[in-house]
Amino acid sequence: MSRPAHLLTPASSAWPADVDPQRLHDLVAQVLERARAAGADAAEAGLTADSGLSVNVRLGEVDTLEYHRDKGLGVTLYFGRRKGSASTTDFSPRAIAETVAAAADIARYTSEDPCAGLPDAADLAREIPDLDLYHAWDLDADAAIALARECEAAALGFDARITNSEGATLDTHGGYRVYGNTHGFLAGYASSRHSLSCTVIGEEDGAMQRDYWYTVARHPEDLEPAEAVGRHAARRTVRRLGARSMTTGRMPVLFAPEVARGLVGHFLRAINGHALYRKASFLLDHLGRPVFPDWLDMDERPHLPRALGSAPFDNEGVATRSRHLVEGGVLKGYVLDSYSARRLGLHTTGNAGGTHNVFVGDSGLDFDGLLEKMGDGLLVTELMGQGVNPVTGDYSRGAAGFRIENGAIAGPVHEITIAGNLRDMYRGIVATGTDYDRRGNVITGSILVGEMTVAGR
Amino acid sequence: MSAPALDIARRVLLEPGGVDDGALQRTLDRIMGRAVDRADLYFQTVRHESWSLEDGIVREGSHGIDQGVGARAIAGEKTGFAYSDEIVAPALERAAEAARAIARSGGEGRIQAWRSVPGHDLYLPEDPLASLPAADKVALLRRVDQAARSADPRVSQVFVSLAGVHEVILVVDTEGTLAADVRPLVRLNVTVIAEQGGRREQGSAGGGGRFGYGWFLEDDRAGGFAREAVRQALVNLEAGEAPAGTMDVVLGPGWPGVLLHEAVGHGLEGDFNRKGSSAFAGRLGERVASPLCTVVDDGTLEHRRGSLNVDDEGVPTSRTVLIENGVLKGYMQDRLNARLMGMAPTGNGRRESYAHLPMPRMTNTFMLPGAHDPQEIIASVQRGLYAVNFGGGQVDITSGKFVFSACEAYLIENGRVTRPVKGATLVGNGPDVLTRVTMVGNDLQLDTGIGTCGKEGQSVPVGVGQPTLKVEGLTVGGTAH
Repeated sequence: MSRPAHLLTPASSAWPADVDPQRLHDLVAQVLERARAAGADAAEAGLTADSGLSVNVRLGEVDTLEYHRDKGLGVTLYFGRRKGSASTTDFSPRAIAETVAAAADIARYTSEDPCAGLPDAADLAREIPDLDLYHAWDLDADAAIALARECEAAALGFDARITNSEGATLDTHGGYRVYGNTHGFLAGYASSRHSLSCTVIGEEDGAMQRDYWYTVARHPEDLEPAEAVGRHAARRTVRRLGARSMTTGRMPVLFAPEVARGLVGHFLRAINGHALYRKASFLLDHLGRPVFPDWLDMDERPHLPRALGSAPFDNEGVATRSRHLVEGGVLKGYVLDSYSARRLGLHTTGNAGGTHNVFVGDSGLDFDGLLEKMGDGLLVTELMGQGVNPVTGDYSRGAAGFRIENGAIAGPVHEITIAGNLRDMYRGIVATGTDYDRRGNVITGSILVGEMTVAGR
Repeated sequence: MSAPALDIARRVLLEPGGVDDGALQRTLDRIMGRAVDRADLYFQTVRHESWSLEDGIVREGSHGIDQGVGARAIAGEKTGFAYSDEIVAPALERAAEAARAIARSGGEGRIQAWRSVPGHDLYLPEDPLASLPAADKVALLRRVDQAARSADPRVSQVFVSLAGVHEVILVVDTEGTLAADVRPLVRLNVTVIAEQGGRREQGSAGGGGRFGYGWFLEDDRAGGFAREAVRQALVNLEAGEAPAGTMDVVLGPGWPGVLLHEAVGHGLEGDFNRKGSSAFAGRLGERVASPLCTVVDDGTLEHRRGSLNVDDEGVPTSRTVLIENGVLKGYMQDRLNARLMGMAPTGNGRRESYAHLPMPRMTNTFMLPGAHDPQEIIASVQRGLYAVNFGGGQVDITSGKFVFSACEAYLIENGRVTRPVKGATLVGNGPDVLTRVTMVGNDLQLDTGIGTCGKEGQSVPVGVGQPTLKVEGLTVGGTAH
């Protein structure tokens, strides 16, 4: 094949010192050339190179110091409507030749699939916006250890009931990603991710509890201070001491932001094209129909600078775009890549690999306002287990949190379950909070569900 | 195993990059030039493939190679770690240099002469990817699809996947260990969706172990998995609301042993007990279960998914008694935690890959059989739940609270299994739940080879098992109240 028609790199972006973007772009271009030479009608290849440092400090001493350096390359070849894929961590010419050959060999045995193939050329990103996703952290091992130590010390000194620790972990990573296909698309960008977390153990009346807190950002200056992370982790642990079960019954349930994110995640998986064409979703045929209460909006914003879920293009080079997923409670769009879109007779939404920064609109109340609105019920701060049936929406998970009486926290609870059906839970949302948690790809405040079954004693 | 596995490992891992014993020696010497207590190098290559079928066509296939070497240095309780995906002398030296940064300069640790570790012979050093021609793998997927579709007209969707892994490892340390293992692993899974009157439910089944793909063809095992998945989906089409609240629960044999994995297994891993973060810490010799309960972790079962000839630190796996007649007897250990606790390693040092640090992990964890006929156990329950299949589980080892989620369950009313109920999560307290086991069946089964355990971001294959059990007073998370 010919050289790619255009090579796209964001103009002003930086990249890690140990990465040579040109070399990585060339490597992907060579893989695509080899794919053509192997007789493929079309091909696509993705490459990542990532390095970083991770330290864990426990009870003031270094527990582990880890240096990370990972790379990988994956390629898919299309022969007509048959395809085969292969991957390698070895970028030597011999390994790359073998990888392309392995993909070609597999394609001899897979079936004709009329929907298989590259995305339409018209959907590919034409320019790569600089989303400000890469910021190196000039931090050596000693400085990383010092920060982790400061974080854990703040947690250990917070309260006499904090008796033990799983430590504080500082993690800093930077990397570069390239994607190319035989439509002539070839583009890459750098990104970074830095985090600091702390987990401590408290003890009261012979019973132990643990909890944690973390901060994560693209830019080190956006991280919470180490001491604040430690104190917050300790505060969360201490408030769980003395937890008990509670009486079985039906009641309102308030999902704190760190678990509300998961509730939204189940929705995003249910409207994913792959679940839909497989008829493995409890939200089949819901496009244009109400799923949430009529005041609730949900948006996808892929181009937010520095945000953790931002991406200029998706995993098949398709341009990402801001859009409404839910407007006035009504489902406005599915989450589609080009394959699932073809299966459903729809158009890709630029979501190969998932969604990018999903925002859940709030109904105007802050956290205290939500407690007040709930009156009596359960605040959930931790969920356990996988008890969600994606086909039926049946939901039953282990939980821990707090009994709420007259709009105030009355005491910690654990060894309970909360259960319902996600369709009813979504329609039964009473309020969403302004207490946004921005540490992930789903950005939401607390979510108050009108009624669920809580099982305990 | 040792001789052929070691020969294969040298040929596959060391020779292509020209790494000889001298290079290994120099690398370990370099690490021990600091105040380091011990160090090891872990070489690994993994070739893996997967094939998947949906809508009656083999839609995807993939093949991958991942290889590299991890260098670890331990000084007291501190661990330094670095790795490389190139197995050549300069990369080894760079990894060693980074790993030893954990310790002060000025040490002069000695390296013991290597002795090859005699590991077990639990599976053949074979390459499962080469155990069946590609055309036959594809034909196997199609046969499973056909078996599921012909089992019942209500089956509307069938997904089948087939995966194989060929892993070769070699570990060498400063205390004289030289060990290798060649580990085949295969897995087949089938998921179906059945429809009836506008209602849709799914069922899932599968299995595998440490052998070639031929195992799926014996006795029509693959077809059996297809029929089992259909049976579950059809049961769930009839399922009503699950009960909510605390009640007696009878757990079926085999995979429901995920109870043991979550309730006691993780809490008995050495690292959590050394650090005092487990609800079981400091309780060796105490009663933690009813006298009916004896629980073991056994990495020496032939061909099992959780079995290993040697663990990832070169220690032969063993059968470790965790709980004997209700009394806590032992922890699962890797070398680091065993040394720090003054105990012997138990062959439970495992890691996801060369790019991850080893830690104490389970192998195959199960409860030994008791005296009761399973029917007798069910007949003893007035009102309760009979749970025979599960999705997965999770535990908070510090509070001891654990969950596991049933995906096939029935009501027991007046000593009889009456009607199916929807999946529900069960919650309990690890140090307490086995004290409420009041009957243990005589029907011990191990799972079919489907388990994967996640801990601190690392996944490893494991096995579980148990006989039919009656547990009094578990919390069941249904919606019917």
